[in-house]
Amino acid sequence: MDAIDRDIINTLQAGFPISERPYAEVAAGLGIEETELLQRLQVLLDEKKLSRFGPMYHAEKLGGAFSLVAMQVPEEIYEQVAELVNSYAEVAHNYQRDHAFNMWFVLATETPQRVDEVNAEITRRTGLPVFNMPKLKEFYVGLRLDAHR
Amino acid sequence: MNTAVDDKTLQADVNAFELDDIDRQIVVATQSGLPLDPRPYDVLASQLGLSAADVMQRMRRMQETGVIRRIGAVPNHYALGYKGNGMTVWNVPDEHIDELGRRVGELEFVSHCYHRPRHLPDWPYNLFAMVHAPTRDEALQLVESIANLLGKHDRGHTVLFSSRILKKTGLRFQP
Repeated sequence: MDAIDRDIINTLQAGFPISERPYAEVAAGLGIEETELLQRLQVLLDEKKLSRFGPMYHAEKLGGAFSLVAMQVPEEIYEQVAELVNSYAEVAHNYQRDHAFNMWFVLATETPQRVDEVNAEITRRTGLPVFNMPKLKEFYVGLRLDAHR
Repeated sequence: MNTAVDDKTLQADVNAFELDDIDRQIVVATQSGLPLDPRPYDVLASQLGLSAADVMQRMRRMQETGVIRRIGAVPNHYALGYKGNGMTVWNVPDEHIDELGRRVGELEFVSHCYHRPRHLPDWPYNLFAMVHAPTRDEALQLVESIANLLGKHDRGHTVLFSSRILKKTGLRFQP
């Protein structure tokens, strides 16, 4: 990753135009050609420096729901449980964390009741309790990482 | 104050979020990403049998109403050199959480901040704030600054570092 890649990542976290030639507009701001921006974006995605590039949708405003769910998974079955949990399309992300609660996933569902259904299924299939922690209030979401190294 | 008018205004705001089938097709077509093509909205339009102007107008409306939070890049923290990615969790008095959450959320190094339910006795924490730093030691310094800000309202806290990304696809609705 060089300085141009870092510029691209920092710039594209802030937003992207809805216009006929949006990549050309962003490229002009970065002082590069549209083709170079497209090629570099492809590489950043292929190399997983970026998880994705596109619109971020608000599940609640689509009529659905988001929830954060925590589990305490025994070490010896951790991989199987991770595979089972990840197999649900509703699981948007899943992180292993260093804590007794060692699995934390986010459900993004098309209906609010689907959160409970998926949680109940996971409990039934793993025999482990799930701790549902939907947000009660959001104070700030503005993830902005500075790609500085 | 005329409450009937207020109700009507409220109703109009709610209706603004309602999506039709074509909006939903746009959501499904773009949820895994925007086409890497010089004219991405034209590509979407031809996939969906719409005009590019229609796709752009609908996406603008979704952005204005908050259905689209933003269009942009989601970086992989680890790949960008952030090895100290901690979910800090705090047990703070419920009666102060709105004020405390707002102040923690304003900290420059906090990327997300939420009030979530406790699950007593296993889980006493009700305020969640994500911090990201190049190393865990640096992240722990950030945790200390949050503790200082909360002062006497910090009735216990911990930080859960992520050790592995098991999945990170984002929202996926079925077509």
